[in-house]
Amino acid sequence: MAPPLDHERAAGSAPVDVRKVQMNPFRNGAVRASLVLLPAVVLLSACSTDPQNVFDPRSDFTRMIADLFWQIIWAAVVVFVLVQGALVYAIIRYRRRANQGLPPQVHGNTRLEVAWTIAPALVLAWIAVPTVQTIFRTYEVPSGPDVLTIEVIGHQYWWEYRYPGGNVVTATDLHVPVGRRVVLRITSADVIHSYWVPKLAAKRDAIPGHVNTLWFTAEQTGVYEGQCAEFCSLQHANMRLRVFVDDQPTFDQWLRTNAQPAATPTSPEAQRGSQLVLQGTCAGCHAINGTNARGQIGPNLTHFASRSTIGGGIMPNTPENLDRWLENPQAIKPGNLMNVVVANPQDRQATIAYLQTLR
Amino acid sequence: MTVNVGQLGHAVAAKPTGLWSWLTTVDHKRIGILYGVTAFIFFLIGGIEALLVRMQLFVPGATVLTPDQYNQLFTMHGTTMVFLAIMPLNAAFLNYFVPLMIGARDVAFPRLNAFSYWVFLFGGLLMNLSFVIGGAPDFGWFGYAPLTERQFSPELRADFWAIGLQVLGIASLAASFNFIVTIINMRAPGMTLMRMPPFVWMQFVTQWLLALALPPIAVALILLIFDRHFSTNFYLSEWGGDPILWQHLFWIFGHPEVYILILPAFGMVSDILPTFARKPLFGYTFVVYSGIAIGFLGFIVWAHHMFATGMGPVADSAFAIATMLIAIPTGVKIFNWIGTLWLGQTAYKTPALFAVAFIAMFIIGGLSGVMHASPPADLQQTDSYFIVAHFHYVLFGGAIFGITAGAYYWLPKILGRMLNERLGQIHFWLMLIGFNLTFFPMHFVGLNGMPRRTYTYPAGFGWELMNQLETIGAFIIAISFLFFIYNVLVSMRSGAIAGNNPWGAGTLEWSIPSPPPVYNFATLPVVRSLYPLWDGPNDSRLTTPAASTTPEEAHVHLPNPSYWPLVTAFGVTLAGAGIIFGFVLTGIGILILLAGAYSWALEPAS
Ligand code: HEC
Ligand SMILES: [Cu+2]
Ligand SMILES: [Cu+2]
Repeated sequence: MAPPLDHERAAGSAPVDVRKVQMNPFRNGAVRASLVLLPAVVLLSACSTDPQNVFDPRSDFTRMIADLFWQIIWAAVVVFVLVQGALVYAIIRYRRRANQGLPPQVHGNTRLEVAWTIAPALVLAWIAVPTVQTIFRTYEVPSGPDVLTIEVIGHQYWWEYRYPGGNVVTATDLHVPVGRRVVLRITSADVIHSYWVPKLAAKRDAIPGHVNTLWFTAEQTGVYEGQCAEFCSLQHANMRLRVFVDDQPTFDQWLRTNAQPAATPTSPEAQRGSQLVLQGTCAGCHAINGTNARGQIGPNLTHFASRSTIGGGIMPNTPENLDRWLENPQAIKPGNLMNVVVANPQDRQATIAYLQTLR
Repeated sequence: MTVNVGQLGHAVAAKPTGLWSWLTTVDHKRIGILYGVTAFIFFLIGGIEALLVRMQLFVPGATVLTPDQYNQLFTMHGTTMVFLAIMPLNAAFLNYFVPLMIGARDVAFPRLNAFSYWVFLFGGLLMNLSFVIGGAPDFGWFGYAPLTERQFSPELRADFWAIGLQVLGIASLAASFNFIVTIINMRAPGMTLMRMPPFVWMQFVTQWLLALALPPIAVALILLIFDRHFSTNFYLSEWGGDPILWQHLFWIFGHPEVYILILPAFGMVSDILPTFARKPLFGYTFVVYSGIAIGFLGFIVWAHHMFATGMGPVADSAFAIATMLIAIPTGVKIFNWIGTLWLGQTAYKTPALFAVAFIAMFIIGGLSGVMHASPPADLQQTDSYFIVAHFHYVLFGGAIFGITAGAYYWLPKILGRMLNERLGQIHFWLMLIGFNLTFFPMHFVGLNGMPRRTYTYPAGFGWELMNQLETIGAFIIAISFLFFIYNVLVSMRSGAIAGNNPWGAGTLEWSIPSPPPVYNFATLPVVRSLYPLWDGPNDSRLTTPAASTTPEEAHVHLPNPSYWPLVTAFGVTLAGAGIIFGFVLTGIGILILLAGAYSWALEPAS
């Protein structure tokens, strides 16, 4: 099955975040007291460096959400301890013992009822106010010349990106500059998907006929993992993505390169490969800018060699993996929409040689 | 009494036996048993589906199931547990006990009641037939368009699903009308609305929810069937439709559905706790009114399932606040249950154990629910395993724990024998541990970025350990239910005789023999309080439980058995199945339906 990704973590990008350590409720004594939580405590505290942890925000957008989320968690922890505590106390203290007469036949207490109607209302108000404020902020989509707007299009089972100007069309790997406002305009070409990058952008659904927006400003360079969150059929599990947060010069360089039409192959093998691709079935599904390949079913391959993965992030982009992919994409990602094989090994080598020139 | 005399025969109170008697029964108790047994079998099927899913997720990249099998199994697990297990298990208790608890001899429309059961059975079979004909539904239990449309689901799977649900909806609608009328009209003398046991009240609210929530999904499904078969474009955006329409219609049903699943369990627990604490339910009126409030609020919160669809800040805020409001009446209930235990003398027999565990688990599910009531926070939670954790805490930790409490509490009334207490306790502890081991880690794995409905996951994301715990927990749950099954099978034959009122309970169903005679009450009771059996010198809590009274020779008018409900139900299902298999069948089905309905209407009354 899907070979594990050796996802390169953002190197050295995690200075100890003091605030997070303090706010982590799983280090809090009151919660630890709760036996239910205990086994998980140790586990979670080790988790925040995991690639898709939602409590490790690395953008203004996810930080805003995490702050709100922690506030709610704190409210929930307080309520949990009080109510569960009262329950456990009542269970232990008021269990039946031998030779008891009937207990007092209490039918209720209106004052208590009013109190415990108002109390949760207050707790909820405490959550509702920042919630509503944050809702409005999530929808305040930034605009202006310094904002980078990228179209994100969900396909069964890969993500397409279109950068301003229309020349840069790529897949799976999103490149954004650090410290700059990014707006994602998200839609779908087929069924509903959901674009989820836990550390940078949270999620919004990609719905055919609708355009949803997410905005964020990445705080640190690095690579961030994400994936489709709305079930979209057979290969939903392998509809992965990555966000590369580059420094401005690296990003500019990337953008310039990717705006170029495809390179013309020079070696004889790559030239043979280009004929196979451009005159074969491939061109019907894949576009390669600057050639006659204009297919729209699969990812744009103009700069395929500069991408880090193959097949919606299912495996690293290496010649060996590419060979496996072309030999039988259905064996690697069963049910994906590339239903052709390049059976002949020599043809595969030539095709790979060509694809590798597409830097 | 307002029994519809026209429907009564002169059957003497002898207990009919044999297969035919079950096929033609119109006795609410037997229909309750049919519901219970069928639903429990579906529960086991849904459980096996879950075990297969958990096996596939035990390690990253497992190959126990193909992606296609996985998608069928998780879809059918959800569909089965919601529509074929929990709803009909609730219907089983509804059927068997609501008439007994309100002091009635049967329901208002006994044959309609049988019809409901048969439609449910056939609908469930039709849905599961898909497994052997081209594959089961594979798009998740809420079937989001356009994935269910013909261009993305060309096979019959979506048709099985849409028609199956439509047929099952008919069963629930018929039952809801039946029980609304029954509860309004057939209460024993003195059983005012505010003397109805809380279980009856919560079922009453539930039946209203069904009656009002099923029409939207019926519409949604009809539009889907039109899209698939007659090339309309209700959910297809490129032709002017909108997939979001499906989501609204589905969740306008889907959120009340959550309360349809859980309210009966609220009622069960509200009846069980007082019995074992030997004091009345704390704040009965508040429990009743908060149940009604939940029913109303349940209709204005549906779009909290859609916060990631980008509805805009105003809609998000409105649905967020409405959703948070629901936590208030829910909290009131929890406080009142704790208040019932407070100063009480709870004996922790198996039903009481399950009932208090229900409260504890439901608190957790309720709190995680409030967390995703906040739309920005929900952008990190929705469609992740955090949601899977949440709804299993309310539907398993809530509904199933409540129903299991109800089973241990009321099965002695049905079987006439007590269940084994030791086995019950083993079941309880295994289930409690297994349940938390399965579902608590899902909170963490979800917040650690694992989306739901993925047949595989990569290593290195910090998900492996949690998934292993979850799978182990799932098997512990499965084992715990083996104890239950064994317990019921053994106790049915050799359990201690239950007597009328083994628990010293206060409500009417415990005033009659166990199992109750066909006519329920030889003479209709006159009710003077919420706990009639606790009144006066014969307070059942102070007297040693008497052996069962022998049913009296009673000449009571009872409705005649009839096979027309069965025939009619078959016609309904066949008519629906025709949309899958060809419209000829629809024609035949409609003919059978008409023949059945007319014969039913013209059937001699006695
Ligand atoms: C029927 C349409 C179709 C044809 C024909 C087709 N592909 Fe694809 N291809 C796709 C789709 C769809 C994907 C994306 C699969 C996924 O990840 O779900 C894809 C993915 C790829 C990828 C990985 C791209 C990436 O960024 O992950 C490569 C490389 C590729 N195809 C090469 C080829 C070559 C070479 C040919 C010709 C031999 C070819 N394809 C023929 C549809 C097609
Ligand atoms: Cu998906
Ligand atoms: Cu809901």
